[in-house]
Amino acid sequence: MTFGRAESRPNATRFKSWWSNPWGKPRFLVLFTWAYILWSLVPVAIAVQFGFNEGRSRSAWQGFSLRWYVGDPNLSVLHDPSLRAALVQSLQLAALTMLIATPLGVALAIGLARWSGWGARPANFLMLFPLVTPEIVMGVALFLVFVHLFGFVRLGTMAQVLGHVTFTVSYVVIVVRGRLFSVGREYEEAAMDLGASRLQALRTVLLPMLAPAIWASLMVAFAISIDDFVISAFLMGDASSATIPVKLYSAARLAPSPAINALASILLFASMLAITIAILVMGRSRRREGAEGSAVEDFARLDL
Amino acid sequence: MWPSLALPGVLWLVLLFLTPLYAVFAVAMGAPDPIFGGALPAWNPLAWDPGEFGTILGELFTGQLGFVFLRTLIYVAIATFLSLLIGYPVAYYVARHAGRFRVLLLMLIIAPFWINYLMRMLAWVNLLSTDGYVNQILLFVGLLDEPREWLVGKHETVILGLVYGYVPFLILPLFAALDRIDSRVIEAARDLGASPARAFFAVTLPLSSQGILAGCVIVMLPMFGDYYTATLLSGSPRTNMVGKLIEQDILSGAGSGRGAALTVVLMVFVGILMTYYLYSVARASREARS
Repeated sequence: MTFGRAESRPNATRFKSWWSNPWGKPRFLVLFTWAYILWSLVPVAIAVQFGFNEGRSRSAWQGFSLRWYVGDPNLSVLHDPSLRAALVQSLQLAALTMLIATPLGVALAIGLARWSGWGARPANFLMLFPLVTPEIVMGVALFLVFVHLFGFVRLGTMAQVLGHVTFTVSYVVIVVRGRLFSVGREYEEAAMDLGASRLQALRTVLLPMLAPAIWASLMVAFAISIDDFVISAFLMGDASSATIPVKLYSAARLAPSPAINALASILLFASMLAITIAILVMGRSRRREGAEGSAVEDFARLDL
Repeated sequence: MWPSLALPGVLWLVLLFLTPLYAVFAVAMGAPDPIFGGALPAWNPLAWDPGEFGTILGELFTGQLGFVFLRTLIYVAIATFLSLLIGYPVAYYVARHAGRFRVLLLMLIIAPFWINYLMRMLAWVNLLSTDGYVNQILLFVGLLDEPREWLVGKHETVILGLVYGYVPFLILPLFAALDRIDSRVIEAARDLGASPARAFFAVTLPLSSQGILAGCVIVMLPMFGDYYTATLLSGSPRTNMVGKLIEQDILSGAGSGRGAALTVVLMVFVGILMTYYLYSVARASREARS
Protein backbone atom coordinates (compact mmCIF):
# COMPACT_ATOMS: atom_id res chain seq x y z
CA MET A 1 0.00 0.00 0.00
CA THR A 2 0.96 3.61 -0.49
CA PHE A 3 1.06 3.94 3.25
CA GLY A 4 3.99 1.54 3.64
CA ARG A 5 6.15 3.07 0.95
CA ALA A 6 5.75 6.55 2.36
CA GLU A 7 6.85 5.45 5.83
CA SER A 8 9.96 7.61 6.08
CA ARG A 9 8.38 10.91 5.09
CA PRO A 10 7.04 13.37 7.63
CA ASN A 11 3.45 12.84 8.64
CA ALA A 12 1.85 15.70 6.75
CA THR A 13 3.43 14.75 3.44
CA ARG A 14 2.59 11.13 3.95
CA PHE A 15 -1.04 11.94 4.51
CA LYS A 16 -1.06 14.29 1.53
CA SER A 17 0.39 11.71 -0.83
CA TRP A 18 -2.02 9.08 0.45
CA TRP A 19 -4.90 11.48 0.07
CA SER A 20 -4.13 12.85 -3.36
CA ASN A 21 -2.93 9.70 -5.07
CA PRO A 22 -4.92 9.91 -8.30
CA TRP A 23 -4.73 6.16 -8.98
CA GLY A 24 -5.90 5.05 -5.55
CA LYS A 25 -9.40 4.54 -4.29
CA PRO A 26 -11.53 7.65 -3.71
CA ARG A 27 -10.23 8.39 -0.20
CA PHE A 28 -12.76 11.03 0.72
CA LEU A 29 -15.64 8.74 -0.14
CA VAL A 30 -14.19 5.87 1.87
CA LEU A 31 -13.84 8.01 4.96
CA PHE A 32 -17.19 9.67 4.44
CA THR A 33 -19.02 6.36 4.00
CA TRP A 34 -17.52 4.76 7.08
CA ALA A 35 -18.15 7.91 9.09
CA TYR A 36 -21.77 7.82 7.98
CA ILE A 37 -22.11 4.19 9.00
CA LEU A 38 -20.61 4.88 12.41
CA TRP A 39 -22.92 7.84 12.86
CA SER A 40 -25.94 5.80 11.87
CA LEU A 41 -25.22 2.79 14.08
CA VAL A 42 -23.18 3.90 17.10
CA PRO A 43 -26.01 5.83 18.82
CA VAL A 44 -28.20 2.74 18.62
CA ALA A 45 -25.37 0.54 19.91
CA ILE A 46 -24.97 2.88 22.88
CA ALA A 47 -28.71 2.71 23.56
CA VAL A 48 -28.54 -1.10 23.50
CA GLN A 49 -25.55 -1.00 25.82
CA PHE A 50 -27.41 1.05 28.42
CA GLY A 51 -30.17 -1.56 28.47
CA PHE A 52 -27.50 -3.70 30.16
CA ASN A 53 -26.48 -1.04 32.66
CA GLU A 54 -26.11 -2.06 36.29
CA GLY A 55 -27.40 1.25 37.62
CA ARG A 56 -30.40 3.41 36.84
CA SER A 57 -28.61 5.93 34.65
CA ARG A 58 -28.99 6.02 30.91
CA SER A 59 -25.93 8.19 30.42
CA ALA A 60 -23.28 6.87 32.85
CA TRP A 61 -22.05 3.29 32.52
CA GLN A 62 -22.05 1.44 35.84
CA GLY A 63 -21.24 -2.12 34.83
CA PHE A 64 -22.95 -4.97 33.03
CA SER A 65 -26.09 -6.64 34.33
CA LEU A 66 -29.32 -8.19 33.14
CA ARG A 67 -31.19 -6.27 35.83
CA TRP A 68 -33.43 -4.41 33.37
CA TYR A 69 -34.24 -7.51 31.35
CA VAL A 70 -34.99 -10.07 34.04
CA GLY A 71 -33.25 -9.23 37.31
CA ASP A 72 -35.17 -6.35 38.83
CA PRO A 73 -38.23 -7.67 40.68
CA ASN A 74 -40.42 -4.65 39.83
CA LEU A 75 -38.95 -2.63 37.00
CA SER A 76 -37.45 -5.17 34.58
CA VAL A 77 -39.12 -6.02 31.26
CA LEU A 78 -39.96 -9.44 32.66
CA HIS A 79 -41.56 -8.16 35.85
CA ASP A 80 -43.09 -4.79 34.99
CA PRO A 81 -46.62 -5.77 33.85
CA SER A 82 -47.01 -2.89 31.41
CA LEU A 83 -43.67 -3.53 29.67
CA ARG A 84 -44.30 -7.26 29.50
CA ALA A 85 -47.80 -6.63 28.13
CA ALA A 86 -46.32 -4.40 25.40
CA LEU A 87 -43.85 -7.12 24.41
CA VAL A 88 -46.61 -9.74 24.25
CA GLN A 89 -48.88 -7.40 22.28
CA SER A 90 -46.15 -6.62 19.74
CA LEU A 91 -45.29 -10.28 19.18
CA GLN A 92 -48.92 -11.28 18.96
CA LEU A 93 -49.75 -8.55 16.44
CA ALA A 94 -46.71 -9.35 14.32
CA ALA A 95 -47.52 -13.07 14.30
CA LEU A 96 -51.16 -12.54 13.35
CA THR A 97 -50.26 -9.96 10.71
CA MET A 98 -47.68 -12.26 9.17
CA LEU A 99 -50.10 -15.19 9.03
CA ILE A 100 -52.90 -13.16 7.42
CA ALA A 101 -50.94 -10.81 5.16
CA THR A 102 -48.69 -13.45 3.59
CA PRO A 103 -51.36 -15.70 1.99
CA LEU A 104 -53.36 -12.64 0.99
CA GLY A 105 -50.31 -10.98 -0.55
CA VAL A 106 -49.00 -14.12 -2.28
CA ALA A 107 -52.38 -14.70 -3.95
CA LEU A 108 -52.58 -11.03 -4.92
CA ALA A 109 -49.05 -11.10 -6.35
CA ILE A 110 -49.74 -14.19 -8.48
CA GLY A 111 -53.07 -12.79 -9.58
CA LEU A 112 -51.62 -9.43 -10.55
CA ALA A 113 -48.59 -10.91 -12.32
CA ARG A 114 -50.53 -13.34 -14.48
CA TRP A 115 -53.81 -11.54 -15.01
CA SER A 116 -53.89 -9.21 -17.97
CA GLY A 117 -57.57 -8.30 -18.20
CA TRP A 118 -59.13 -4.86 -17.89
CA GLY A 119 -59.04 -4.83 -14.10
CA ALA A 120 -55.35 -5.63 -13.74
CA ARG A 121 -54.07 -2.07 -14.00
CA PRO A 122 -56.40 -0.45 -11.47
CA ALA A 123 -55.81 -3.40 -9.13
CA ASN A 124 -52.08 -2.87 -9.47
CA PHE A 125 -52.47 0.82 -8.63
CA LEU A 126 -54.63 -0.03 -5.65
CA MET A 127 -51.90 -2.38 -4.39
CA LEU A 128 -49.23 0.31 -4.71
CA PHE A 129 -51.32 3.09 -3.18
CA PRO A 130 -50.73 2.14 0.50
CA LEU A 131 -46.97 2.23 -0.14
CA VAL A 132 -47.06 5.92 -1.06
CA THR A 133 -49.58 7.06 1.55
CA PRO A 134 -48.08 8.74 4.62
CA GLU A 135 -48.71 6.55 7.63
CA ILE A 136 -50.50 9.25 9.55
CA VAL A 137 -53.11 9.46 6.78
CA MET A 138 -53.69 5.72 6.98
CA GLY A 139 -53.82 5.86 10.75
CA VAL A 140 -56.43 8.63 10.77
CA ALA A 141 -58.42 6.94 8.00
CA LEU A 142 -58.56 3.55 9.72
CA PHE A 143 -59.35 5.16 13.06
CA LEU A 144 -62.27 7.08 11.58
CA VAL A 145 -63.66 4.13 9.65
CA PHE A 146 -63.61 1.88 12.71
CA VAL A 147 -65.21 4.53 14.90
CA HIS A 148 -67.84 5.75 12.46
CA LEU A 149 -68.59 2.96 9.98
CA PHE A 150 -67.37 -0.50 10.97
CA GLY A 151 -68.61 -0.15 14.53
CA PHE A 152 -68.34 -3.90 15.10
CA VAL A 153 -64.54 -3.62 14.99
CA ARG A 154 -63.51 -2.43 18.42
CA LEU A 155 -60.36 -0.36 18.74
CA GLY A 156 -57.62 -2.53 20.20
CA THR A 157 -56.02 -5.75 19.00
CA MET A 158 -58.67 -6.49 16.35
CA ALA A 159 -58.41 -3.05 14.74
CA GLN A 160 -54.62 -3.12 14.97
CA VAL A 161 -54.40 -6.46 13.17
CA LEU A 162 -56.69 -5.26 10.38
CA GLY A 163 -54.64 -2.08 10.06
CA HIS A 164 -51.28 -3.85 10.05
CA VAL A 165 -52.39 -6.36 7.43
CA THR A 166 -53.62 -3.52 5.21
CA PHE A 167 -50.25 -1.82 4.97
CA THR A 168 -48.20 -5.03 5.01
CA VAL A 169 -49.94 -6.76 2.08
CA SER A 170 -48.29 -4.51 -0.49
CA TYR A 171 -44.82 -5.32 0.82
CA VAL A 172 -45.56 -9.03 0.57
CA VAL A 173 -46.68 -8.50 -3.03
CA ILE A 174 -43.44 -6.63 -3.85
CA VAL A 175 -41.25 -9.38 -2.36
CA VAL A 176 -43.11 -12.22 -4.08
CA ARG A 177 -43.50 -10.42 -7.38
CA GLY A 178 -39.77 -10.10 -7.92
CA ARG A 179 -39.48 -13.87 -7.74
CA LEU A 180 -42.54 -14.40 -9.96
CA PHE A 181 -41.06 -12.33 -12.75
CA SER A 182 -37.79 -14.20 -12.61
CA VAL A 183 -39.49 -17.62 -12.63
CA GLY A 184 -41.57 -16.75 -15.70
CA ARG A 185 -44.53 -18.71 -17.03
CA GLU A 186 -42.68 -21.49 -18.81
CA TYR A 187 -42.74 -24.02 -15.98
CA GLU A 188 -46.47 -23.76 -15.43
CA GLU A 189 -47.08 -23.95 -19.16
CA ALA A 190 -44.93 -27.06 -19.38
CA ALA A 191 -46.92 -28.61 -16.54
CA MET A 192 -50.18 -27.80 -18.27
CA ASP A 193 -48.91 -29.19 -21.58
CA LEU A 194 -48.25 -32.40 -19.69
CA GLY A 195 -51.88 -32.50 -18.61
CA ALA A 196 -51.99 -30.61 -15.31
CA SER A 197 -54.92 -28.31 -14.69
CA ARG A 198 -54.18 -24.66 -13.93
CA LEU A 199 -54.78 -25.23 -10.27
CA GLN A 200 -52.50 -28.30 -10.22
CA ALA A 201 -49.79 -26.39 -12.06
CA LEU A 202 -50.09 -23.60 -9.52
CA ARG A 203 -49.95 -25.93 -6.55
CA THR A 204 -47.32 -28.41 -7.65
CA VAL A 205 -45.06 -26.21 -9.78
CA LEU A 206 -45.39 -22.51 -9.07
CA LEU A 207 -45.87 -22.51 -5.29
CA PRO A 208 -42.81 -24.69 -4.56
CA MET A 209 -40.75 -22.42 -6.80
CA LEU A 210 -42.05 -19.40 -4.89
CA ALA A 211 -41.25 -20.96 -1.51
CA PRO A 212 -38.12 -18.88 -0.75
CA ALA A 213 -39.97 -15.67 -1.55
CA ILE A 214 -42.91 -16.78 0.59
CA TRP A 215 -40.62 -17.46 3.54
CA ALA A 216 -38.91 -14.14 3.03
CA SER A 217 -42.22 -12.32 2.89
CA LEU A 218 -43.39 -13.97 6.11
CA MET A 219 -40.31 -12.54 7.78
CA VAL A 220 -40.66 -9.13 6.14
CA ALA A 221 -44.32 -8.94 7.20
CA PHE A 222 -43.32 -9.83 10.76
CA ALA A 223 -40.57 -7.21 10.85
CA ILE A 224 -42.72 -4.47 9.33
CA SER A 225 -45.57 -5.14 11.72
CA ILE A 226 -43.42 -5.30 14.84
CA ASP A 227 -41.72 -2.02 13.87
CA ASP A 228 -44.91 -0.11 13.25
CA PHE A 229 -45.76 2.79 15.48
CA VAL A 230 -48.30 5.12 13.87
CA ILE A 231 -51.03 2.61 12.97
CA SER A 232 -50.71 0.81 16.32
CA ALA A 233 -50.95 4.11 18.17
CA PHE A 234 -54.02 5.36 16.31
CA LEU A 235 -55.89 2.07 16.64
CA MET A 236 -54.97 1.06 20.15
CA GLY A 237 -58.08 2.18 22.00
CA ASP A 238 -56.66 1.98 25.52
CA ALA A 239 -53.33 1.33 27.18
CA SER A 240 -53.91 -2.43 27.31
CA SER A 241 -53.14 -2.77 23.60
CA ALA A 242 -50.01 -0.61 23.61
CA THR A 243 -47.14 -2.14 21.62
CA ILE A 244 -43.41 -1.72 22.24
CA PRO A 245 -43.04 1.29 19.89
CA VAL A 246 -46.07 2.94 21.52
CA LYS A 247 -44.47 2.34 24.89
CA LEU A 248 -41.19 3.85 23.69
CA TYR A 249 -43.08 6.91 22.51
CA SER A 250 -44.97 7.47 25.74
CA ALA A 251 -42.08 6.61 28.06
CA ALA A 252 -39.20 8.39 26.35
CA ARG A 253 -39.92 11.76 27.89
CA LEU A 254 -40.85 10.60 31.37
CA ALA A 255 -37.33 10.08 32.78
CA PRO A 256 -37.49 6.35 32.03
CA SER A 257 -35.24 3.64 33.44
CA PRO A 258 -32.89 1.51 31.30
CA ALA A 259 -35.76 -1.01 31.15
CA ILE A 260 -37.08 1.04 28.24
CA ASN A 261 -33.73 0.55 26.47
CA ALA A 262 -33.96 -3.15 27.23
CA LEU A 263 -37.46 -3.29 25.75
CA ALA A 264 -36.30 -1.44 22.63
CA SER A 265 -33.34 -3.80 22.30
CA ILE A 266 -35.63 -6.83 22.40
CA LEU A 267 -37.57 -5.29 19.54
CA LEU A 268 -34.30 -4.74 17.70
CA PHE A 269 -33.19 -8.35 18.19
CA ALA A 270 -36.59 -9.65 17.01
CA SER A 271 -36.66 -7.68 13.75
CA MET A 272 -32.97 -8.29 13.04
CA LEU A 273 -33.56 -12.01 13.50
CA ALA A 274 -36.52 -11.94 11.12
CA ILE A 275 -34.58 -10.04 8.45
CA THR A 276 -31.50 -12.23 8.79
CA ILE A 277 -33.67 -15.31 8.25
CA ALA A 278 -35.27 -13.67 5.21
CA ILE A 279 -31.87 -12.84 3.69
CA LEU A 280 -30.50 -16.33 4.44
CA VAL A 281 -33.50 -18.06 2.89
CA MET A 282 -33.26 -15.95 -0.24
CA GLY A 283 -29.50 -16.43 -0.36
CA ARG A 284 -29.77 -20.20 -0.10
CA SER A 285 -32.23 -20.45 -2.96
CA ARG A 286 -29.97 -18.21 -5.08
CA ARG A 287 -26.96 -20.40 -4.45
CA ARG A 288 -28.89 -23.56 -5.28
CA GLU A 289 -29.83 -22.01 -8.59
CA GLY A 290 -26.32 -20.74 -9.18
CA ALA A 291 -27.33 -17.08 -9.45
CA GLU A 292 -24.67 -14.41 -9.15
CA GLY A 293 -24.47 -11.62 -6.61
CA SER A 294 -25.90 -11.79 -3.14
CA ALA A 295 -29.32 -11.79 -1.57
CA VAL A 296 -28.43 -8.60 0.29
CA GLU A 297 -28.22 -6.81 -3.03
CA ASP A 298 -31.61 -8.17 -4.03
CA PHE A 299 -32.93 -6.85 -0.76
CA ALA A 300 -31.40 -3.46 -1.34
CA ARG A 301 -33.00 -3.24 -4.76
CA LEU A 302 -36.48 -4.16 -3.54
CA ASP A 303 -37.34 -0.49 -3.02
CA LEU A 304 -39.32 -1.28 0.08
CA MET B 1 -58.65 -17.97 -12.44
CA TRP B 2 -56.10 -15.12 -12.10
CA PRO B 3 -58.65 -12.43 -11.14
CA SER B 4 -60.09 -14.73 -8.50
CA LEU B 5 -56.64 -15.10 -6.92
CA ALA B 6 -56.31 -11.34 -6.77
CA LEU B 7 -59.84 -10.87 -5.52
CA PRO B 8 -59.38 -11.34 -1.74
CA GLY B 9 -56.48 -8.90 -1.66
CA VAL B 10 -58.28 -6.35 -3.81
CA LEU B 11 -61.40 -6.67 -1.69
CA TRP B 12 -59.35 -6.20 1.49
CA LEU B 13 -57.77 -3.04 0.12
CA VAL B 14 -61.12 -1.66 -1.05
CA LEU B 15 -62.70 -2.24 2.37
CA LEU B 16 -59.76 -1.29 4.57
CA PHE B 17 -57.87 1.20 2.46
CA LEU B 18 -60.17 3.00 0.02
CA THR B 19 -63.21 3.06 2.33
CA PRO B 20 -61.20 4.53 5.22
CA LEU B 21 -59.79 7.20 2.90
CA TYR B 22 -63.34 8.05 1.93
CA ALA B 23 -64.27 8.15 5.61
CA VAL B 24 -61.69 10.90 6.12
CA PHE B 25 -63.52 13.04 3.55
CA ALA B 26 -66.93 12.13 5.00
CA VAL B 27 -65.87 13.16 8.50
CA ALA B 28 -64.07 16.28 7.28
CA MET B 29 -67.17 17.36 5.37
CA GLY B 30 -69.60 16.35 8.09
CA ALA B 31 -71.16 18.55 10.73
CA PRO B 32 -70.05 18.56 14.36
CA ASP B 33 -72.36 16.46 16.53
CA PRO B 34 -74.50 18.99 18.42
CA ILE B 35 -75.38 16.66 21.30
CA PHE B 36 -72.32 14.56 22.13
CA GLY B 37 -69.58 16.59 20.52
CA GLY B 38 -67.31 14.71 18.12
CA ALA B 39 -68.17 14.46 14.46
CA LEU B 40 -71.13 13.27 12.42
CA PRO B 41 -69.77 11.97 9.14
CA ALA B 42 -71.63 12.89 5.94
CA TRP B 43 -71.47 9.72 3.84
CA ASN B 44 -73.44 11.21 0.99
CA PRO B 45 -71.27 13.60 -1.05
CA LEU B 46 -74.39 15.67 -1.79
CA ALA B 47 -74.70 16.42 1.92
CA TRP B 48 -71.11 17.57 2.29
CA ASP B 49 -70.76 20.66 4.41
CA PRO B 50 -67.48 22.48 3.79
CA GLY B 51 -67.85 24.55 6.96
CA GLU B 52 -64.90 22.99 8.80
CA PHE B 53 -62.79 23.37 5.68
CA GLY B 54 -63.57 27.06 5.44
CA THR B 55 -62.37 27.52 9.02
CA ILE B 56 -59.20 25.54 8.38
CA LEU B 57 -58.39 27.33 5.15
CA GLY B 58 -58.97 30.66 6.86
CA GLU B 59 -56.54 29.75 9.64
CA LEU B 60 -54.08 28.48 7.08
CA PHE B 61 -53.66 31.95 5.64
CA THR B 62 -54.19 34.12 8.67
CA GLY B 63 -53.75 32.11 11.84
CA GLN B 64 -51.32 29.95 13.73
CA LEU B 65 -52.00 27.00 11.44
CA GLY B 66 -50.23 28.68 8.55
CA PHE B 67 -47.07 28.94 10.64
CA VAL B 68 -47.20 25.25 11.52
CA PHE B 69 -47.53 24.33 7.85
CA LEU B 70 -44.70 26.68 6.93
CA ARG B 71 -42.51 25.23 9.70
CA THR B 72 -43.23 21.70 8.51
CA LEU B 73 -42.30 22.73 4.98
CA ILE B 74 -39.03 24.34 6.12
CA TYR B 75 -38.07 21.36 8.29
CA VAL B 76 -38.79 18.93 5.47
CA ALA B 77 -36.92 21.02 2.90
CA ILE B 78 -33.80 21.41 5.04
CA ALA B 79 -33.84 17.80 6.21
CA THR B 80 -34.28 16.46 2.66
CA PHE B 81 -31.46 18.63 1.37
CA LEU B 82 -29.10 17.53 4.15
CA SER B 83 -30.11 13.90 3.64
CA LEU B 84 -29.24 14.18 -0.04
CA LEU B 85 -25.91 15.77 0.81
CA ILE B 86 -25.10 12.88 3.15
CA GLY B 87 -26.77 10.12 1.19
CA TYR B 88 -25.40 10.73 -2.29
CA PRO B 89 -21.68 10.24 -1.55
CA VAL B 90 -22.47 7.12 0.48
CA ALA B 91 -24.67 5.61 -2.22
CA TYR B 92 -22.10 6.57 -4.86
CA TYR B 93 -19.24 4.92 -3.03
CA VAL B 94 -21.15 1.71 -2.30
CA ALA B 95 -22.49 1.41 -5.85
CA ARG B 96 -19.29 2.21 -7.72
CA HIS B 97 -16.17 1.76 -5.60
CA ALA B 98 -16.87 -0.49 -2.64
CA GLY B 99 -15.32 -3.59 -4.22
CA ARG B 100 -15.09 -6.50 -1.81
CA PHE B 101 -16.76 -4.49 0.98
CA ARG B 102 -19.88 -4.02 -1.08
CA VAL B 103 -22.10 -6.62 0.55
CA LEU B 104 -20.91 -5.74 4.05
CA LEU B 105 -21.53 -2.05 3.43
CA LEU B 106 -24.95 -2.73 1.98
CA MET B 107 -25.83 -4.77 5.04
CA LEU B 108 -24.75 -1.95 7.34
CA ILE B 109 -26.72 0.54 5.27
CA ILE B 110 -29.87 -1.58 5.30
CA ALA B 111 -29.59 -2.22 9.05
CA PRO B 112 -31.22 1.05 10.20
CA PHE B 113 -34.31 0.10 8.18
CA TRP B 114 -34.97 -2.69 10.58
CA ILE B 115 -34.12 -0.80 13.73
CA ASN B 116 -37.26 0.74 15.08
CA TYR B 117 -37.53 4.43 14.25
CA LEU B 118 -38.53 5.34 17.79
CA MET B 119 -35.62 3.40 19.18
CA ARG B 120 -33.27 5.37 16.93
CA MET B 121 -34.80 8.58 18.28
CA LEU B 122 -34.58 7.24 21.82
CA ALA B 123 -30.88 6.68 21.22
CA TRP B 124 -30.49 10.39 20.52
CA VAL B 125 -32.60 11.29 23.54
CA ASN B 126 -30.00 9.42 25.61
CA LEU B 127 -27.07 11.05 23.85
CA LEU B 128 -28.48 14.58 23.92
CA SER B 129 -29.72 14.61 27.49
CA THR B 130 -28.19 17.20 29.82
CA ASP B 131 -25.61 14.76 31.19
CA GLY B 132 -25.42 12.74 27.96
CA TYR B 133 -22.39 11.92 25.84
CA VAL B 134 -22.84 14.80 23.40
CA ASN B 135 -22.71 17.42 26.14
CA GLN B 136 -19.87 15.59 27.87
CA ILE B 137 -17.80 15.54 24.68
CA LEU B 138 -18.54 19.15 23.78
CA LEU B 139 -17.65 20.27 27.32
CA PHE B 140 -14.46 18.23 27.24
CA VAL B 141 -13.36 19.64 23.90
CA GLY B 142 -14.22 23.10 25.14
CA LEU B 143 -16.89 23.94 22.58
CA LEU B 144 -19.40 24.47 25.37
CA ASP B 145 -18.92 26.13 28.75
CA GLU B 146 -21.98 24.57 30.31
CA PRO B 147 -24.28 21.69 29.28
CA ARG B 148 -26.75 22.66 26.58
CA GLU B 149 -30.43 21.73 26.78
CA TRP B 150 -30.70 20.04 23.39
CA LEU B 151 -34.07 18.45 24.00
CA VAL B 152 -36.36 21.41 24.61
CA GLY B 153 -37.68 23.21 21.57
CA LYS B 154 -34.49 23.29 19.50
CA HIS B 155 -35.10 23.39 15.75
CA GLU B 156 -31.65 22.02 14.97
CA THR B 157 -32.31 18.96 17.14
CA VAL B 158 -35.56 18.18 15.32
CA ILE B 159 -33.87 18.56 11.93
CA LEU B 160 -31.01 16.33 13.08
CA GLY B 161 -33.62 13.76 14.13
CA LEU B 162 -35.38 13.90 10.78
CA VAL B 163 -32.13 13.54 8.84
CA TYR B 164 -30.94 10.72 11.07
CA GLY B 165 -34.29 8.99 10.81
CA TYR B 166 -34.88 9.17 7.08
CA VAL B 167 -31.48 9.24 5.39
CA PRO B 168 -31.33 5.42 4.93
CA PHE B 169 -34.55 5.55 2.93
CA LEU B 170 -32.89 7.99 0.55
CA ILE B 171 -29.69 6.01 0.15
CA LEU B 172 -31.28 2.85 -1.22
CA PRO B 173 -33.03 4.35 -4.28
CA LEU B 174 -29.87 6.37 -4.95
CA PHE B 175 -27.83 3.20 -4.73
CA ALA B 176 -30.18 1.41 -7.12
CA ALA B 177 -29.99 4.27 -9.64
CA LEU B 178 -26.19 4.62 -9.45
CA ASP B 179 -25.74 0.87 -9.63
CA ARG B 180 -27.73 0.71 -12.87
CA ILE B 181 -25.44 3.16 -14.67
CA ASP B 182 -23.29 1.34 -17.19
CA SER B 183 -19.71 2.10 -16.18
CA ARG B 184 -18.65 2.05 -19.85
CA VAL B 185 -20.56 5.29 -20.36
CA ILE B 186 -18.43 7.00 -17.74
CA GLU B 187 -15.25 5.44 -19.10
CA ALA B 188 -16.19 6.71 -22.54
CA ALA B 189 -16.51 10.23 -21.15
CA ARG B 190 -13.08 9.93 -19.53
CA ASP B 191 -11.53 8.52 -22.71
CA LEU B 192 -12.89 11.47 -24.64
CA GLY B 193 -10.96 13.75 -22.33
CA ALA B 194 -13.41 14.71 -19.62
CA SER B 195 -11.89 15.33 -16.20
CA PRO B 196 -13.26 13.14 -13.38
CA ALA B 197 -15.33 16.08 -12.16
CA ARG B 198 -16.67 16.83 -15.62
CA ALA B 199 -17.50 13.16 -16.21
CA PHE B 200 -19.37 13.15 -12.92
CA PHE B 201 -21.39 16.29 -13.58
CA ALA B 202 -22.05 15.60 -17.26
CA VAL B 203 -22.72 11.86 -17.10
CA THR B 204 -23.17 10.29 -13.67
CA LEU B 205 -25.24 13.01 -12.06
CA PRO B 206 -27.81 13.35 -14.89
CA LEU B 207 -28.08 9.57 -15.18
CA SER B 208 -28.87 9.31 -11.48
CA SER B 209 -31.44 12.11 -11.48
CA GLN B 210 -34.34 9.64 -11.42
CA GLY B 211 -32.93 8.10 -8.29
CA ILE B 212 -32.44 11.50 -6.69
CA LEU B 213 -36.03 12.43 -7.40
CA ALA B 214 -37.41 9.09 -6.23
CA GLY B 215 -35.28 9.17 -3.08
CA CYS B 216 -36.35 12.70 -2.18
CA VAL B 217 -40.01 11.82 -2.64
CA ILE B 218 -39.59 8.65 -0.56
CA VAL B 219 -38.23 10.62 2.40
CA MET B 220 -40.46 13.67 2.02
CA LEU B 221 -43.72 11.70 2.15
CA PRO B 222 -43.23 10.28 5.65
CA MET B 223 -41.53 13.47 6.86
CA PHE B 224 -44.63 15.51 6.07
CA GLY B 225 -46.70 13.16 8.22
CA ASP B 226 -44.10 12.89 10.98
CA TYR B 227 -45.09 14.01 14.46
CA TYR B 228 -43.13 11.69 16.73
CA THR B 229 -39.63 12.98 15.94
CA ALA B 230 -40.42 16.46 17.20
CA THR B 231 -42.34 15.08 20.18
CA LEU B 232 -39.46 12.87 21.28
CA LEU B 233 -36.60 15.25 20.57
CA SER B 234 -38.18 18.53 21.58
CA GLY B 235 -41.67 18.16 22.99
CA SER B 236 -42.36 21.85 22.69
CA PRO B 237 -45.18 23.50 20.70
CA ARG B 238 -42.43 25.65 19.18
CA THR B 239 -41.39 22.72 17.02
CA ASN B 240 -44.80 21.14 16.29
CA MET B 241 -45.33 19.80 12.81
CA VAL B 242 -48.67 19.36 11.05
CA GLY B 243 -48.85 15.71 12.06
CA LYS B 244 -48.82 16.69 15.72
CA LEU B 245 -51.95 18.81 15.31
CA ILE B 246 -53.69 15.93 13.53
CA GLU B 247 -52.70 13.50 16.27
CA GLN B 248 -53.95 15.83 18.97
CA ASP B 249 -57.28 16.49 17.22
CA ILE B 250 -58.01 12.87 16.39
CA LEU B 251 -56.92 11.19 19.58
CA SER B 252 -58.53 13.74 21.87
CA GLY B 253 -61.80 12.70 20.23
CA ALA B 254 -63.49 16.06 20.37
CA GLY B 255 -61.87 17.47 17.26
CA SER B 256 -62.03 14.55 14.88
CA GLY B 257 -63.83 16.68 12.29
CA ARG B 258 -61.03 19.18 12.44
CA GLY B 259 -58.39 16.43 12.44
CA ALA B 260 -59.97 14.84 9.37
CA ALA B 261 -60.06 18.21 7.58
CA LEU B 262 -56.38 18.76 8.43
CA THR B 263 -55.60 15.29 7.08
CA VAL B 264 -57.31 16.18 3.80
CA VAL B 265 -55.28 19.41 3.62
CA LEU B 266 -52.11 17.40 4.26
CA MET B 267 -53.04 14.93 1.52
CA VAL B 268 -53.61 17.75 -0.96
CA PHE B 269 -50.28 19.18 0.16
CA VAL B 270 -48.39 15.95 -0.55
CA GLY B 271 -50.69 14.89 -3.41
CA ILE B 272 -48.19 15.77 -6.13
CA LEU B 273 -45.46 13.76 -4.41
CA MET B 274 -47.79 10.79 -3.94
CA THR B 275 -48.93 10.85 -7.57
CA TYR B 276 -45.38 11.10 -8.87
CA TYR B 277 -44.23 8.23 -6.71
CA LEU B 278 -47.26 6.09 -7.53
CA TYR B 279 -46.67 6.52 -11.27
CA SER B 280 -42.97 5.85 -11.00
CA VAL B 281 -43.43 2.60 -9.06
CA ALA B 282 -46.21 1.54 -11.43
CA ARG B 283 -43.87 2.19 -14.37
CA ALA B 284 -41.08 0.26 -12.70
CA SER B 285 -43.38 -2.68 -12.08
CA ARG B 286 -44.55 -2.68 -15.71
CA GLU B 287 -40.93 -2.67 -16.87
CA ALA B 288 -40.05 -5.53 -14.52
CA ARG B 289 -42.97 -7.49 -15.88
CA SER B 290 -42.08 -7.21 -19.53
